[in-house]
Amino acid sequence: MSTRTMKLAVGPILYLWERSAALDFYAALCDAPVDIVYVGEVVCSKRRVLQKEDWPMVAQALVDAGKEVVFSTLALIEAESELATMARIVDNADGRIEANDMAAVQYCDGRPFVAGPHLNIYNEPTLALVAARGARRWVAPVELPLATIATLGATRPPGLEVEVFAYGRLPLAFSARCFTARSQNLAKDDCGFICGDYPDGITLYSRDDQPFLALNGIQTQSAAVQNLLPQVEALRAAGVDILRLSPHSRDFAAVIGAFRAAVDATGEAARCPEPSLPGGYCDGYVRGEAGIGHAG
Amino acid sequence: MSLELVCPAGTLPALRAAVDNGADAVYIGFRGATNARNFPGLNFSESEAATGIAHAHERGARVFVALNVYPSPATWDAATAVIDSAARLGADALILADPGLMRYAADRHPGLRLHLSVQGSATNWRAIEFYRHEFGVRRAVLPRVLSLTQVTRLIERTAVEIEVFGFGSLCVMVEGRCALSSYATGHSPNTQGVCSPAHAVRWEETTDGRQSRLNGILIDRYAPGEAAGYPTLCKGRFRVNDAVFHALEEPTSLNALDMLPALMAGGVRAIKVEGRQRSPAYVAQVTSLLRRALDLCAGADAGGGNIGALTEALDELAEGRTHTLGAYHRPWQ
Repeated sequence: MSTRTMKLAVGPILYLWERSAALDFYAALCDAPVDIVYVGEVVCSKRRVLQKEDWPMVAQALVDAGKEVVFSTLALIEAESELATMARIVDNADGRIEANDMAAVQYCDGRPFVAGPHLNIYNEPTLALVAARGARRWVAPVELPLATIATLGATRPPGLEVEVFAYGRLPLAFSARCFTARSQNLAKDDCGFICGDYPDGITLYSRDDQPFLALNGIQTQSAAVQNLLPQVEALRAAGVDILRLSPHSRDFAAVIGAFRAAVDATGEAARCPEPSLPGGYCDGYVRGEAGIGHAG
Repeated sequence: MSLELVCPAGTLPALRAAVDNGADAVYIGFRGATNARNFPGLNFSESEAATGIAHAHERGARVFVALNVYPSPATWDAATAVIDSAARLGADALILADPGLMRYAADRHPGLRLHLSVQGSATNWRAIEFYRHEFGVRRAVLPRVLSLTQVTRLIERTAVEIEVFGFGSLCVMVEGRCALSSYATGHSPNTQGVCSPAHAVRWEETTDGRQSRLNGILIDRYAPGEAAGYPTLCKGRFRVNDAVFHALEEPTSLNALDMLPALMAGGVRAIKVEGRQRSPAYVAQVTSLLRRALDLCAGADAGGGNIGALTEALDELAEGRTHTLGAYHRPWQ
C-alpha cells in the first residue's frame, strides 16, 4: 500500500441552508480533520447562505484553525451583476478562488486559481492550457473515469494538484430554470427561497419509485450519494491528491471521520454511515460506467 | 446587417436540402465520436464532406464542421485528425468546444475560422472574450439559457459574432454542463457526443400502458392513445413530492420566430436550427420556412405570408407539435 499523503477538502455548500446551520457547520469544521474548505455560492446568485460580511469572518476562523480556505465562484454566470460579484470575490481572495466558469479564468488574468469541477477539462492539452493561465489545482469533472484522471495526473504540469469529488450528491447539470420553484408552481423571479426548505435537495423519483435525481434550484444532482470511500486506495494510486466531500445536512462528521481514516491508512475500519438519503450510494463514474451504478 | 441562417445536415442529402432551400450556412459532423450528434447512420465521410462543401460553395453557402465533444486522451488523435481534414477540405469554419482542440487548431491552421460551440457553455461576455483572446474565436453559439435582454447586453460587450438557436429541440440544461445522460447511461454529450442514446432505450407494453426506459430507468409511461415521444431523459415525467409531471421540461420545441426582429435589432449575427439527426425532408421544410421568415423580417419576402402562418407551419414539424420561446422569454425560466 502506498503511503502517499492525500488531503481532505470540504466542498462549498451547494444548498440554501439557514444562516445558523451554516455558521454551526463551519464552526464544527474548524475542529474537524480536514485540510481544505471551499466556501461561497456556486449554484444560485439569489441565495444568501451567509451575508457578504459573514464570509471573511468564517474564512478567518478556518484559517486560524489551520485550514486552507478557497472561495468558490458561481458556475452559471449570465448577468452583469453576477460577473461583478465574481470579480469582487477574485479581487478580495488573494489567489484563493475556485473558478467554475471561463469568465473567472479570464478575470483572474494569470492570478492563481483552482480549476473547479464545472470547467470542462477532459484532456492533457486543456489541463496544460489552464495551468499556464494560473490553475494550481484541478478538480476533475464528475463524469470523468478514474483511468482518464490517472492519465492526466501522470502528465500534469509541475506543481498542479488533482482533486476528485469523492462524497455527496453529484452536481450533474445547470439550467436557467429553477426546478425547485417549478416543482412548487412558483415563478423563478418570485421563488420565496423555497429551496431553503430542502437542505439536501428534493428527490425526484421515476414513476416506479426509483430515486433518480435531486432538484437543487437551477442545479440537477444525482439522488444517490457518490461515495468513493471503498476506492480511496485506487484514487491514491491514480495520483489523486485531494478528496472532496460535499456537505450534506446529516452524518457529515462521521463521513469526514471515515474518509480521514481511509486517507491516513491508519488501519482503522473506515466505514461511512448507512446512507440517509433516498438513492443510496453510487460510484459508477470511476469505472467509466453510468454514474448511477454501484459496486461498493 | 442581415441574419445568417445556419442549418443542420446529418447527411449529404440533408446538406443539399438545406443549401437548396436557402440556408446561408450548414453545419456537419464527421463520422465517429467527435461530434454531438453521434447517431448511427449519420454524419459525413471525408469524400462526402468534400462533395457537400463543393455543392454548398457552388451555391454561395458556407459549411461549418462541428467537432463539439471534449476528447479524452484516448480519442484525442481522432479529434485532431478531423480538424486536419476540415482544414484540408476547405471547410469555412470549425465549431469547437474543447480549449485544447482550439489551441491545436489555432496553432496548426491559423487561417481556419473558429466558432465556439454551444457545448462550450459560454453564457457571458467574459467567457467569450477568453476564447477570443486565447484562440482568436470569431463566433460564439450561445447556450439556450439566456433571456433576450441578456443576449443583447452580451453582444454590446464583445467583438465576437453571436449565433443563437432559433428552432428545434430544446435543451433545458446549459449545453456542455449536463451529465444527466452519462449518469443514467454512461454516455454523455461531452464525452461521446450523445444524449439518452438509442442503444440504452427500451420500450415496454404493460398493463399500465406503454413505457420507455433508459438503461433500465423508467423515463415515462403513456396512457392508451397518448402520443409517446423519444425518451430524452430531461423530458420524461417524474414524481416530485406527490406530483407526477414533466419535472424538468415538456417535450416541446424552441421556436424563436416571434423574437426574430428583436434578435436582429440586438445584433445577433446568425440563427441556428437544431437537428442533424433529422431527415432531408424535414431540413428542407424547416429551412424554407425560416428563410421566408428571415426575408420577411428583412422586408425582402417576395411570396407574401406572415410570421403567424410560418409559426403554425413550423409547429407542425416540431417535437410535441408545440413550441416555446424558451429562455428568451423570462417567464419560461
